[in-house]
Amino acid sequence: MTASATPTDAAQPTEIDNASVRDASAITLRNLHKRFSGDAIALDGVDLEIRAGEFFTLLGPSGCGKTTLLRLLAGLEAPNEGSLTIGGKDVTETPPHLRSVNTVFQSYALFPHLSVHDNIAFGLRMKGIPAAERERRVQEIADFIKLGSLLERRVNQLSGGQRQRIALARALVCEPDVLLLDEPLSALDAGLRTQLQVELQRTQKRLGMTFVFVTHDQDEAMVMSDRIAVLDSGIIQQVGPPHEVYERPINAFVARFMGHVNLFDIQGIHDVTVTTALGELAMEAPLQPGKHGGVMLIRQEVIELGPTVSEGYNGLDGVVKERHYRGSRIEYRLEVNGQPLMATASNLGQRLYAVGDRIKVSIHPEDVVRIEA
Amino acid sequence: MNHTSESPYPLARHSHSMSPDTRHLLWSVAPGVAWIVIFLVLPSLYLIGVAFMTNGPYGQPQMPLSLDAFRQLAGFGFLGWSPGNLYTLLRSLWQTLVATGLVILVAYPLAYYISTCRDKLRPIMLLAVVVPSWTNQVIRAFGWMNLLSPGTPLADAAQALGLIGPNMGLYPSNFAVTLGLIYNFLPFMVLPLYAAFEKLDMALVEAARDLYASPVRAFWHAVFPQTLSGLLAGTVLVSIPAFGMYVIPELLGGGKAMMLGNLVANQFSGGSNWPLGAAGALIMLVATFGGLYAMRKVGKRLGGGEEVVI
Ligand SMILES: Nc1ncnc2c1ncn2[C@@H]1O[C@H](COP(=O)(O)OP(=O)(O)OP(=O)(O)O)[C@@H](O)[C@H]1O
Ligand SMILES: [Mg+2]
Repeated sequence: MTASATPTDAAQPTEIDNASVRDASAITLRNLHKRFSGDAIALDGVDLEIRAGEFFTLLGPSGCGKTTLLRLLAGLEAPNEGSLTIGGKDVTETPPHLRSVNTVFQSYALFPHLSVHDNIAFGLRMKGIPAAERERRVQEIADFIKLGSLLERRVNQLSGGQRQRIALARALVCEPDVLLLDEPLSALDAGLRTQLQVELQRTQKRLGMTFVFVTHDQDEAMVMSDRIAVLDSGIIQQVGPPHEVYERPINAFVARFMGHVNLFDIQGIHDVTVTTALGELAMEAPLQPGKHGGVMLIRQEVIELGPTVSEGYNGLDGVVKERHYRGSRIEYRLEVNGQPLMATASNLGQRLYAVGDRIKVSIHPEDVVRIEA
Repeated sequence: MNHTSESPYPLARHSHSMSPDTRHLLWSVAPGVAWIVIFLVLPSLYLIGVAFMTNGPYGQPQMPLSLDAFRQLAGFGFLGWSPGNLYTLLRSLWQTLVATGLVILVAYPLAYYISTCRDKLRPIMLLAVVVPSWTNQVIRAFGWMNLLSPGTPLADAAQALGLIGPNMGLYPSNFAVTLGLIYNFLPFMVLPLYAAFEKLDMALVEAARDLYASPVRAFWHAVFPQTLSGLLAGTVLVSIPAFGMYVIPELLGGGKAMMLGNLVANQFSGGSNWPLGAAGALIMLVATFGGLYAMRKVGKRLGGGEEVVI
């Protein structure tokens, strides 16, 4: 019930009743360092508390150390420094087969000499689950991933998306305290993906497992996660619930990674007025003492467009340069003071602006945010 | 057949004759086919023919056709039945089994070890395994004779351990034969196994470990299946020639314990009985095919239905 501990957590995008949490599934990482031969530093001092029963997502660009972190949790790699506890027990030295942790590997790593059925049953067999129960659970999970009819196939007779689902099933069927998922839905079509996103979350909450989930896709991360950690070059940049990481990124890296594009170097701040290449804009509150410089962030969906500037808003003159129609919303690329500015408007049936239109851009002072560079 | 130039429908006409590709292919495989027919098919047919002929007064095959040779091979002679040949056959099978098994025991860890060596070391290690086989088999057998005969350090050591009596050597003996066979066939097992280890997918081992397999079980479920085709290839490369092996038992066994290979060779070289020799060779051929077939079955079962190419 960690998920509802703070009021901010109430704004989770998907709410699922969290029935039972296994206490054995809390994870603590202390000062984890991982270097590979040569001078490749994959993890550079990671400190993290992952709560029992939490859906925790690692987000970050390629090569930032996500897979390495999962491998340390699984016990497939040993840290050069630091410690790792699962359920309060130090497991830094525990071999993988003695950890109640399973992995959905990024490369699937399915056994090519076994059938789909035997792949899925592998972990249960190794654990010594009786045959009857094993069969029942394999059948159940096969229905879950919608591959019930393929159980007798060999894995090299499957498509990429089917393999990925087998990899998911093979780990999930063991119902471990901690499940590590390394981009487990990346090869699926949009429909199946959305469906499995929801069902995975439900299963996780129902079984009270802790999920550590890796993805490149910030939308997926926000939809699914209780909390998100953004990683860059082996260093945790920010940890928080999705809305916090999205709305209050602590620096330009996190902001860019969460999909923000309207970032402008701050040239000067006087009281509540911030100067950038866009011009002068008023902020809600003056800068905290001791801070200066940094980057101004304006989320594209808070920008209002119209014939006039709204009351109490910052006003700018813009020209529409491009229009992207996305169904539920319309994206405009504007030019303001020679700078590109992206604005998204919900599609409420209002008049669309055409390329070349001159319009007024309104930005509320509350939405003018200063973050670290 | 070059009708194409006169035909009003060159393409339609063309489809009746051979396409240039097919013709080209036929020409390119022709030498290979000829080679196989001349050096494999014809001699084999001749061998089968001889096996069913009668032994002449000077050991040459002659008419009429009969099953005499097979009867002799089974041990029926002028003096009634004797188990000698049957023993020879069983001894050959047993020796093959033991030698192949021991070669596997030595080669498997060796191949793995080589595959884990540094990039620069690996070719050198492989060379060290292969180079001895570039020397003539007979010369190597003589080498072992020298190493194992009485008075050599190896023999002395065996005496000190009480394995053999005083003033005896390790040669000639079954031990020497087995050793010779292992030494001779090691490269044929190491190379295919090395090839398998070289492309071993460690991700599968990690997956097994992640799914609660102890190191031993991870080996059995994730490493062994990946090396199976190499192991079977090596087994074929070793066991078939080992079964027909003739030089090593002759030299290192001191000619005391006859193998099927020696039995066959004697029938031809002494000029004593060609049909008997041919019958022995035919039995070997049949046993070999039987073994290959069994190996395919085993490979298929362990490989989970996948064809294992031998
Ligand atoms: N076995 C290894 N030997 C050397 N360097 C490695 C090894 N494994 C990973 N690295 C390096 O460590 C860094 C982190 O790798 P990691 O696989 O954790 O990235 P990732 O975040 O999972 O990336 P992706 O999103 O592309 O999967 C990379 O720079 C990578 O090159
Ligand atoms: Mg990765």
